[in-house]
Amino acid sequence: MGATFDLWKLTKWALFYLLVAFIVVVSVFPFYYAILTSFKSGTALFQVNYWPTSFSLDNYFNVLNSGSFPRNLLNSIFVASVTVILALFLAITASFALARVRFRGRGLLLLTILGISMFPQMAVLAGLFEVIRALGIYNTPWALIFSYTIFTLPFTVWVLTTFMRDLPVEIEEAAIVDGASPWVIITRVFMPLMWPALVTTGILAFIGAWNEFLFALTFTSSNETRTVPVAIALLSGSTQYEIPWGNIMAASVIVTVPLVILVLVFQRKIVSGLTAGGVKG
Amino acid sequence: MAAIELRNVRKSFGMVDVIKGVDLEVRKGEFMVFVGPSGCGKSTLLRLISGLEDITSGEMLFDGKLVNALAPSKRGIAMVFQSYALYPHMTVYENMAFGLTLEKGKGKEEIQRRVEKAADMLQIRQYLDRLPKQLSGGQRQRVAIGRAITRDPKVFLFDEPLSNLDAALRVATRIEIAKLHEEMNQVTMIYVTHDQVEAMTLADRICVLRDGYVEQVGTPMELYERPDSIFVAGFIGSPKMNFIAGDKADKFGCTTLGIRGEHMDIKADGIWEGTVIHTENLGADSYVYLDMGQEEPVVVRLDGASTYQSGSVLKVSPQEDRIHRFDTAGKPIR
Repeated sequence: MGATFDLWKLTKWALFYLLVAFIVVVSVFPFYYAILTSFKSGTALFQVNYWPTSFSLDNYFNVLNSGSFPRNLLNSIFVASVTVILALFLAITASFALARVRFRGRGLLLLTILGISMFPQMAVLAGLFEVIRALGIYNTPWALIFSYTIFTLPFTVWVLTTFMRDLPVEIEEAAIVDGASPWVIITRVFMPLMWPALVTTGILAFIGAWNEFLFALTFTSSNETRTVPVAIALLSGSTQYEIPWGNIMAASVIVTVPLVILVLVFQRKIVSGLTAGGVKG
Repeated sequence: MAAIELRNVRKSFGMVDVIKGVDLEVRKGEFMVFVGPSGCGKSTLLRLISGLEDITSGEMLFDGKLVNALAPSKRGIAMVFQSYALYPHMTVYENMAFGLTLEKGKGKEEIQRRVEKAADMLQIRQYLDRLPKQLSGGQRQRVAIGRAITRDPKVFLFDEPLSNLDAALRVATRIEIAKLHEEMNQVTMIYVTHDQVEAMTLADRICVLRDGYVEQVGTPMELYERPDSIFVAGFIGSPKMNFIAGDKADKFGCTTLGIRGEHMDIKADGIWEGTVIHTENLGADSYVYLDMGQEEPVVVRLDGASTYQSGSVLKVSPQEDRIHRFDTAGKPIR
């Protein structure tokens, strides 16, 4: 009896970790192969290996010294960071109103905000282009910040509103009795309690802005204003017929690293159960 | 330090009227308890006084000044919530100092002095650098009270502060609140509870609310001895007052006769007869439940233990001077 039970337990254990291994391989392998390729040079690029055979940093030197790639990287960092800051600021203040202030049409407004995120990028591309031209921010980072913020906000507002609704009303009322203005309540009482939600939505907004391609391609026209995804796509070799795989892979690895660092850093900041203890358990 | 006056105060939430015209005066330095069954509007009334809710119509005056539209923080009040409502991310010290840091012109030393003074009053000084989640329920409620004291309020509001505590802690904290009232005898305190024992033990005066109206205001003993209605008579006192109707009441010239369990004697020549259906021995006293053909069993309170067996027939008499007589409208006949 005991033996069969152990066998069943062992099988379950083995199947579980087999599945885990499968998922890990599927999700990590493409990136692993990109790293592998980025260290190759010359014709070695076109041989299929699964383990490192040679090591050279040539591709990285090429990418970082060629034209405007470092500039593009800075553009990406600037655009994504400003988008996150702007989106979080607008979303926190909006969600405070949507979650805590009673006013007519609040439900409708929330649904409209969610509804906006239904429209695909392609549908609004032409209209947005005209707006950006009219605002005079075409071919500047602000065009991208503007459009990314628009597309990030519905999700951010929605998530933060849900989160803020769940914060105990008594804490807000205690702050009101203590003499706190809405601004003080948001910044000194609610924001510290909302760190997990802020970090999560902030990271998602950052990743969205970092990876975005279509708007970045449409709203910028010069090498100096492009962001990294477009720059990588437009990397060209020495002739029209050569695709510089090595450089592309090196660039891909470079743009992935900031995201990985970001997630690793903020993962530690996501402290769950922060609200425990404020009101009765 | 403030006298509070309510003049025909009403509050509606949409179509629902919760407070239906309350006139009330709370004196300076008084401990006033609002008591009533759930849904009677006692918490709403407290929130109107705090300013967290706006009154729909009527006037509210603090020391003779109209405060209808004054923000809570400008009224000189402090509030203790049922669920403590501490700021979870701040230490006990920061929790208590938060209100003061928002006031202009308060130096660090003064804030520290006031927080420590309040902490000493409540014996929570050793917890000042802990987070709320590291404290027990009773300690958290003490911090919440401490936070209110630190603000040096003129009016102290309590919204069922003991309901989340267990029985032993409830008694201990109750005594502490009573002590606090003695120490801060210049501060007006208003306390909401549905527990009539808390009301009786803490209050200088009790305000019994029912269905959005004030039923009666008076000292605990006034309410106990001279209730203005059947409702107050039944609400104040434990065990509940017995109400006897029918022939037995007619003989005393009333529709309903009220008599408390402690004001009845079991004796051989008693005028009423009843069958024992249940007895409860509480040690110091005991309750005997009698079936007298009334809607509810009649409770007789005895000193010491009861030896009466279920099913035995007893004769009881009410103490004539302790009888409460009520007319058909539920008002007392005096």
